[in-house]
Amino acid sequence: MAKYLILIYGDEQRWDAESEQERHEKGEGHRAFSAAATVLAGHELEPSTTATTLRGGPMITDGPFLEAKEALGGFYVIDAADLDAAIAAASMLPELASGHGGVEIRPIVDHDRPDHG
Amino acid sequence: MTAEPPVGIAEVHRREWARVLAATVRVTRDLDLAEECVQDAFARALRSWPAGGVPDRPGAWLTTVARNRALDVLRRESALRRALPLLVTEEATPGPGEDDDRLRLIFTCCHPALSREAQVALTLRLVCGLTTAEVARAFLVPEPTMAARVTRAKRKISAARIPFRVPSPDDLPERVGAVLDVIHLVFTTGHAAPVGDTLVRQDLVDAAIALARVLRLLVPHDASATALLALMLLVDARRDTRGAGGRLVLLSEQDRTRWDTRQIREGTDLLTAALRRHPPTRYAVEAALAAVHAEAPSWEATDWPQIVALYDVLRRLWPSPVVSLNRAVAVGLRDGPAAGLDALTPLLGMPELATYAYLSAVRADFLRRLGRFPEAADAYTEALALTGNDVERAFLESRLAEVR
Repeated sequence: MAKYLILIYGDEQRWDAESEQERHEKGEGHRAFSAAATVLAGHELEPSTTATTLRGGPMITDGPFLEAKEALGGFYVIDAADLDAAIAAASMLPELASGHGGVEIRPIVDHDRPDHG
Repeated sequence: MTAEPPVGIAEVHRREWARVLAATVRVTRDLDLAEECVQDAFARALRSWPAGGVPDRPGAWLTTVARNRALDVLRRESALRRALPLLVTEEATPGPGEDDDRLRLIFTCCHPALSREAQVALTLRLVCGLTTAEVARAFLVPEPTMAARVTRAKRKISAARIPFRVPSPDDLPERVGAVLDVIHLVFTTGHAAPVGDTLVRQDLVDAAIALARVLRLLVPHDASATALLALMLLVDARRDTRGAGGRLVLLSEQDRTRWDTRQIREGTDLLTAALRRHPPTRYAVEAALAAVHAEAPSWEATDWPQIVALYDVLRRLWPSPVVSLNRAVAVGLRDGPAAGLDALTPLLGMPELATYAYLSAVRADFLRRLGRFPEAADAYTEALALTGNDVERAFLESRLAEVR
């Protein structure tokens, strides 16, 4: 098994404009995902306007590290046998049916492997 | 200068490399170590076969040597190796017998989580057994760039745990599509080598055809896979007539009696099967185009209205400026060079074709046939500036001399 970070990106204005019904359906989708995948952690994030970024100095600035039309809206850490299994699980996320944004899968470094120190 | 390997070994290398590597990967679960061991096995074959003769089952001989070598290394370095990120392998996957491992290797190299560039590089390197230098040359990139591309892709396979597996039946149709696109790219790169002193890299063409045959063992009824194999066989059937003494011979001037009729028959049979009960795919329409040429007794007697109609279908399935360009050529043959030039006009400003030598060459040819020689000379000069293939350059230079 290996751990993967799943990052959920989307258009925050469209997330804000969702109806009660749409949010409910999305919640159902996340519950279905959590039931099917081995979820180790996962959270929805407050909007990127609430983010604070530190750069060298440190210099403190308002907003996310990367400014983009699509913002990071939430994440999961899952356990999966291999990338195909991780893709199969992430494919269930309701954001993929929303017509905007997408999902990024990142393998998490396993520090028990010597090549990763 | 290195000596050419004896013919027997070169042939075995071409035929058996992927199978031996794939079988060795299952022992090492590490692509780099497997490659080293297979290269060692071929090196041993080079030393011992010339004296003792090629074994009856050379693939099995090589696999045994490579796997034994792998087991030696693993024993020696077991503590370190055990902890390395290993490929995810599994025993029980449905597949056609001894080609299982080779198919696993193909699907791993063509996994959609890898970029198309990486898929092609890995397939040529690992499945077709080309050296990194050969792959770099085929794609016009410096060798260190290609080496870095291959290393990066292997690292992703291991770190992201892309499995060494034939995809599940649910994923198969989509995954087969990626493999077909890679095979087609290998074929077109070999068929019109972008640089160098030969027009065709026959090794790439043969590799693409062999890959398509292996893939069809898994999906014998897949219309796209069948059509792609048909397309490649029909186009490659003309291989002996496309160049003569370093000169490009156009389809219109090729000696049709020297086309490979057995291969044309196999191609048309496959095409018929691909079109039975299936809507035409991009590769099927391209194969149909090649079949119309293959069946025409001469250039003049080619069914040009049919060719134009097929390009119209192809444009709908695969909207590409290159398809529009080929259609314009066919219009020129059906209705004359003035009509061809008209069909070409909308393509002249397309950025995708701005550095495409063939567009200038086609325009030059229409202008030459219309007797507009000064304009034709300009267009030939433009085409010459855009092509790096020596054989094509020689052809364009001879045409340029005609219109000056």
